[in-house]
Amino acid sequence: MLRFLLWRALLLVPTLIGITLVSFGFIRLLPGDPVVLMAGERSLTPERHAELLKQFGFDRPVWEQYMHYVWDLLHGDLGVSLKTKMPVLQEFLTLFPATVELSLAAMLFAVVLGIPAGVIAAVRRGSLYDQTVMGAALVGYSMPIFWWGLLLIILFSVTLQWTPVSGRIGLVYFFQPVTGFMLIDSLISGQKGAFTSAVRHLILPTVVLGTIPLAVIARQTRSAMLEVLGEDYVRTARAKGLSPFRVVGLHALRNAMIPVITTIGLQVGVLLAGAILTETIFSWPGIGKWMIDSIARRDYPVVQGGLLLIAAVVMLVNLIVDLLYGLTDPRIRHRR
Amino acid sequence: MSDIDMTTSSQGPGRPALLAEFWRHFSENRGAVLGLAVFLFIILLAVFADVVAPHAPHEQYRDSFLTPPVWQEGGDWRFILGTDPVGRDVLSRLIYGSRYSLFIGVIVVTISLLLGVTLGLLTGFLRGAFDNAVMRVMDVLMSFPSLLLALVLVAMLGPSLTNAMIAIALIQQPHYVRLTRAAVMSEMSKDYVTAARVSGVGRLRMMFRTILPNCMAPLIVQAALSFSSAILDAAALGFLGMGAQPPTPEWGTMLADSREYVTRAWWVVTMPGLAILITVLAINLMGDGLRDALDPRLRRS
Repeated sequence: MLRFLLWRALLLVPTLIGITLVSFGFIRLLPGDPVVLMAGERSLTPERHAELLKQFGFDRPVWEQYMHYVWDLLHGDLGVSLKTKMPVLQEFLTLFPATVELSLAAMLFAVVLGIPAGVIAAVRRGSLYDQTVMGAALVGYSMPIFWWGLLLIILFSVTLQWTPVSGRIGLVYFFQPVTGFMLIDSLISGQKGAFTSAVRHLILPTVVLGTIPLAVIARQTRSAMLEVLGEDYVRTARAKGLSPFRVVGLHALRNAMIPVITTIGLQVGVLLAGAILTETIFSWPGIGKWMIDSIARRDYPVVQGGLLLIAAVVMLVNLIVDLLYGLTDPRIRHRR
Repeated sequence: MSDIDMTTSSQGPGRPALLAEFWRHFSENRGAVLGLAVFLFIILLAVFADVVAPHAPHEQYRDSFLTPPVWQEGGDWRFILGTDPVGRDVLSRLIYGSRYSLFIGVIVVTISLLLGVTLGLLTGFLRGAFDNAVMRVMDVLMSFPSLLLALVLVAMLGPSLTNAMIAIALIQQPHYVRLTRAAVMSEMSKDYVTAARVSGVGRLRMMFRTILPNCMAPLIVQAALSFSSAILDAAALGFLGMGAQPPTPEWGTMLADSREYVTRAWWVVTMPGLAILITVLAINLMGDGLRDALDPRLRRS
């Protein structure tokens, strides 16, 4: 198992280097003077320009600049935001829990609804239920989620006034973040109604962000189940006279889960891309909105650092999924 | 040799029969046929937009700002789906907008298909260091969330529809590289390829005439899927202000334009999104049908 783990981690090194090259190259490929871009100051005197050129190290050979960049990265230095003058890494760590909370909620929503929906659709293949669920899944899969979010706001926030339009919690509540997860922090704070407010703020963004993963998971679960249900061991289990519940739930589902876990892992990139749109619509203070705002106001150090950190997160999650995969399926663990 | 010609030449005797068989499988899927019909309808709308659209897409009627659709109180038969905040006819803008979406889909799929298939053929065919290098680059490209990479590319190139299409094509082509490479590698070990090699077929002919036609099925399915995701991504970029710029009647840009009227005029927000959803859904229905008809392994499931 340890060998498998090390091997998987080692495979990531070239990709990781590639990612640093992309984020390193980003600033240098932008049209315009990199010094002006990085300084964010409009009218630089020639002296100040020369000083900054030296400070940022743009006067050195490119390979030396890259080594310097990687050295800084290894020491947790990803530059400073032009807007807030805060270290990029610190900003990322402050905002990241908001995105994680939203993404986890969306994934939970997708898994809890998607897997049972897919299993039942497979068991009752061809039925009206199957057709309805698969039709709905295809609509969900084709959904422009930024529009879907606006529709839900029109219906639930504006017309019915059930849920708030934006943010993570009502403005009347104020407490110091402990974990960064609003649901937990609001409980710790002990303020009356704070937790309910946080939940109400979370509902619509969760549904919007979870829609595409839900559709994908339902479709994938159905096709994986259909494949497994045709296997010999399922027929044997049925022939032994096991209850249909045991056959489907125990024998078939466990094996059908392997491709589904892969699908769930692949949805992490989808979730982070979706978070950009969802957070923009709901003014959710996470890294998606942070990136969009930074791109809009040309805060390039933030864009550069955020790009690197987000790619690293996606890579790390994929690694964890791979390891989980090895845990659930011994065939994969022992192949390497 | 005659065997090879059967599969590679476009006038092979098996071609009409193959098409008929394809259509038989495709038309079994009612959803796919419906998707195809809707898609053809949208193409017709785009081609004949000048004739079909009741108004010009940029014409502003200063006496009718935010007129609701006809079936609502205050509706006007001149503007069936209502007007937007500056008095332009929503229906006409939607009809003209279909041109942009189809254009985006065609351009993005063409660029990413050409680039991806060429790279995939080369990597699968040459293997070795070149293969390794290209695949590592593809790994890097695929480790960024697609929309984020597109956004950053557009930020670098400057926000416009052209740059949005280039960015989307770039983030989509790794899928083609992987598919083509995998297909090429599995075809390379087959007897007909050995036969072709023994009979002295040159490298280029081998790649493009002998092997490529036999790798087409997964590529066609992928092309359909990436057509629809190109439309979605371009609309998302337009919505974020990084794609087509106003007053272009591109659907995502129209949505962004009218976002602030979400509480007052539901139609200016609802209609463009509905147009995106219907188009993407039609293409995805078709894509599902194509996959079932082209891939015999999936056909029975």
